[in-house]
Amino acid sequence: MLQSRGARTRRIALIGLSGALALSVTACAESQRDAGADNAGTFIFGAAGNPKMFDPIFNDEGETFRITRQMYDTLLMNKPGTAEVVGSLAEKWESSNEGKTWTFTLRKGVTFHDGTPFNAAAVCFNFDRWFNMKGQAAQSQMIYYGDVFEGFAANEGDAAGDPVYKNCEAKDDSTAVLNLNKAKGAFPAAFTLPSLSISSPEALKKYNADQVTQTGDSFSYSDYANLHPTGTGPFKFEGYDQGKGEITLVRNDAHWEKAKLDKLIFKVIKDENGRKQALKTGDIQGFDYPAPADYQLLRNEGQNVLIRPSFNVLYLGINQAGNPKLADVKVRQALAHGINREQFVKSKLAEGSEVATEFVPKAIAGYTEDVPKYPYDPEKAKQLLKEAGAEGLSLKFYYPTEVTRPYMPNPADTFTAISEDLKAIGINIEPIAKPWNGGYKDDVQKLGKHDLHLLGWTGDYNDAGNFVGTFFGREKPEFGFKNDQLFQALSAADGTQGEGPHAQAYQGVNKQIMEYLPAVPIAYPTPALVVGPKVQGMVPSPLTDERFNTVSLG
Amino acid sequence: MLRFIVRRLLQAIPTLLILSILVFAWLRALPGGPAGALLGDKATPEKIAELNQILGLDQPIFVQYFKFLGRVLTGDFGNSLISTQPVLSEIGFALPATLELSIAALLLAVGLGIPLGYVAARFRGGFLDNTTIMATLVGVAVPVFFLGYLLQFIFAEQLGLFPVGGRQDTLIGATNVTGFAVLDGILTQEWDASWDAIVHLVLPAAALATIPLAVIVRITRASVLDVMNEDFIRTAQSKGLGAPTIRRRHVLRNALLPVATTIGLQTGLLLGGAVLTERVFNLNGIGSLLAEGIERRDYPRLQALILLGAVVYVLVNMLVDISYGIIDPRVRVR
Repeated sequence: MLQSRGARTRRIALIGLSGALALSVTACAESQRDAGADNAGTFIFGAAGNPKMFDPIFNDEGETFRITRQMYDTLLMNKPGTAEVVGSLAEKWESSNEGKTWTFTLRKGVTFHDGTPFNAAAVCFNFDRWFNMKGQAAQSQMIYYGDVFEGFAANEGDAAGDPVYKNCEAKDDSTAVLNLNKAKGAFPAAFTLPSLSISSPEALKKYNADQVTQTGDSFSYSDYANLHPTGTGPFKFEGYDQGKGEITLVRNDAHWEKAKLDKLIFKVIKDENGRKQALKTGDIQGFDYPAPADYQLLRNEGQNVLIRPSFNVLYLGINQAGNPKLADVKVRQALAHGINREQFVKSKLAEGSEVATEFVPKAIAGYTEDVPKYPYDPEKAKQLLKEAGAEGLSLKFYYPTEVTRPYMPNPADTFTAISEDLKAIGINIEPIAKPWNGGYKDDVQKLGKHDLHLLGWTGDYNDAGNFVGTFFGREKPEFGFKNDQLFQALSAADGTQGEGPHAQAYQGVNKQIMEYLPAVPIAYPTPALVVGPKVQGMVPSPLTDERFNTVSLG
Repeated sequence: MLRFIVRRLLQAIPTLLILSILVFAWLRALPGGPAGALLGDKATPEKIAELNQILGLDQPIFVQYFKFLGRVLTGDFGNSLISTQPVLSEIGFALPATLELSIAALLLAVGLGIPLGYVAARFRGGFLDNTTIMATLVGVAVPVFFLGYLLQFIFAEQLGLFPVGGRQDTLIGATNVTGFAVLDGILTQEWDASWDAIVHLVLPAAALATIPLAVIVRITRASVLDVMNEDFIRTAQSKGLGAPTIRRRHVLRNALLPVATTIGLQTGLLLGGAVLTERVFNLNGIGSLLAEGIERRDYPRLQALILLGAVVYVLVNMLVDISYGIIDPRVRVR
């Protein structure tokens, strides 16, 4: 009896002690949480994935660019909310020598985050670095540079032909002159590409930025890319906590457009539902690409859904090599007339989305209303099929799974809507669904196994060539057609100098493309981003080029 | 015991070797390759072909395998295609989250499961027993992710008692020492951070613990009932031993043997549950790495994770075998 009483006393004491401990810890938690209330200037943005690394030149994906955009500046930038090219590190710019020379007048008094001065020598150092990059591993990862500048000083691997870059001269501290071997229509818009961000030469050297090595099936990057990214941007890199998936940036007080926020944190939340909940509970104050179906729900919660102007296109691809009937333009026209795009856009896409009449969105120079249009007309579609002797045509229609893209928020829905329309005009559809990273892109882009497929494109910079040149500039398994006249027209438009003539050349090309109809443009979807009710100053950009320095928490 | 451990470790080598071949062949048989994953959205067939050549993915598969094996033997599992970080360091960053979650879930499952099962058996047929049996049936049947969302909806969204996800409040500014958030808070005496980490663990651990808890309750109950019918219990009773002594010394001790096996198996299975739980609660652990690796065909990451999983499984089973020896000395003699 005595023993059991003792045991009971001990038990009660233990419970009491743990209770007291829990209480004290709770009290402590409360007090510290109150103390942390001055974090009003910290903005937490939910990211869908981990960043790759922070050297912009080796990067090609949006989650990372969103972060590097805040830490770096480019020579030119897009005017917030538009695709219009305006100055950034360069205040003025002009081209001469038929587009082969670009002279930049640089902003004065700018310093890199490591305190070293930004000047023409630093600009040239960056361009020279990119051009002289050695090693297949490094070159293969400079996707945007390779695309715009068509090669390196010593081309390794697949890159061939004459590179566009010739040299860079620092005339004086604030004048950098870029000499090119040939004119290219992508300029000046391509100078806004986040890949072409200007890094501190000192930091690049100090942290061995060019050291890209192959390890097994992948690449590893330098300390510069992982730990010491150094630009001139409104925010400075503070750290990346991989265990918690948090990237922290702090304000760069020396920036000419000083940020309102003290701190900017990107928190990785891979599950979309998780991002939604985190926004609702205030754990984050914004995230990218909410599903269109959730817009209303989010608004009902008091969140701000910010619709971006469309800078992409969704199309129905046609592979002429897969089925000889598809080489007949009448059959392709029948497909275009057979799809009720108005209905699809209205019922399946987010607000603000529009029916596509050509392969460039409206914001792009070179867009024109003056193209052949193919309004919904199932009777005409049937008639065209009959004239082409293609009644009862059977087509393998590929569509991707395990993916959502800004131009295709729900591939299965898109497929269903379009295939139902096509069935209604008498086409037999054989649906083939494949995972995006598990064979879809291979089958469609490399092997051309399909007859029809769904794909799209988000523009990188304000140039029509970035759209139509990418799709139809040369023979590709994706479309299975060869049309030298069209290929030449695209090449000529790319080389046309001057804003007006350049746009005009692409207007002509867009008209030709819509006459030839190698594929059917479906829609210009509008992606969105969502921010909490207290967030002010976030300007949605068609190029997903949102700068967080204008953001504040009300 | 040492000989036993060494023997078991040696036995594991061919198992792991065969598994490495299977994993390697399986990943390479999947459509879509690492080059596509590396190049992302703007990948063109030409760039993919170029990259395949750079990475040696155009070589015969056995050449690729032996290169891979050679690297693995030197401890190099390559870099992730998604994050570009060394896979082993990625795992190092993710492991604490998974271990914290699994340990919490296991503590919950064992801590509640054995007493509940025992009590159910003792009061067999009674109200408590029937309720427990019914609850465990539901527990086994409900998928982890559904339960996760349900707990989140009720306790985080509606009642606001717990955070919706994550390991710690972002603004708490905790110091990172070991990567184990609860432990770090204790080590640095940042009690607030430690408490915050515990609060964040409650819902995911509860979701993950449900199935093992239900299984442990049922096995314990059945095992205790079995043992109570054994002859030696009757002998003990006839010897006049008190009921509490019989329960503690004979029933529980003997009944725990199959329970230990179950705990071992459930520990292995916890990782499977952790994949979903981590995703639902945004814990950035091994499960999240695995899920993302599969989605985006991250070969180096998947290879490392699957092999690591196998090693863990072998080790856990070995620990279970050792625990047999401790619980039941007869096993050691055999």
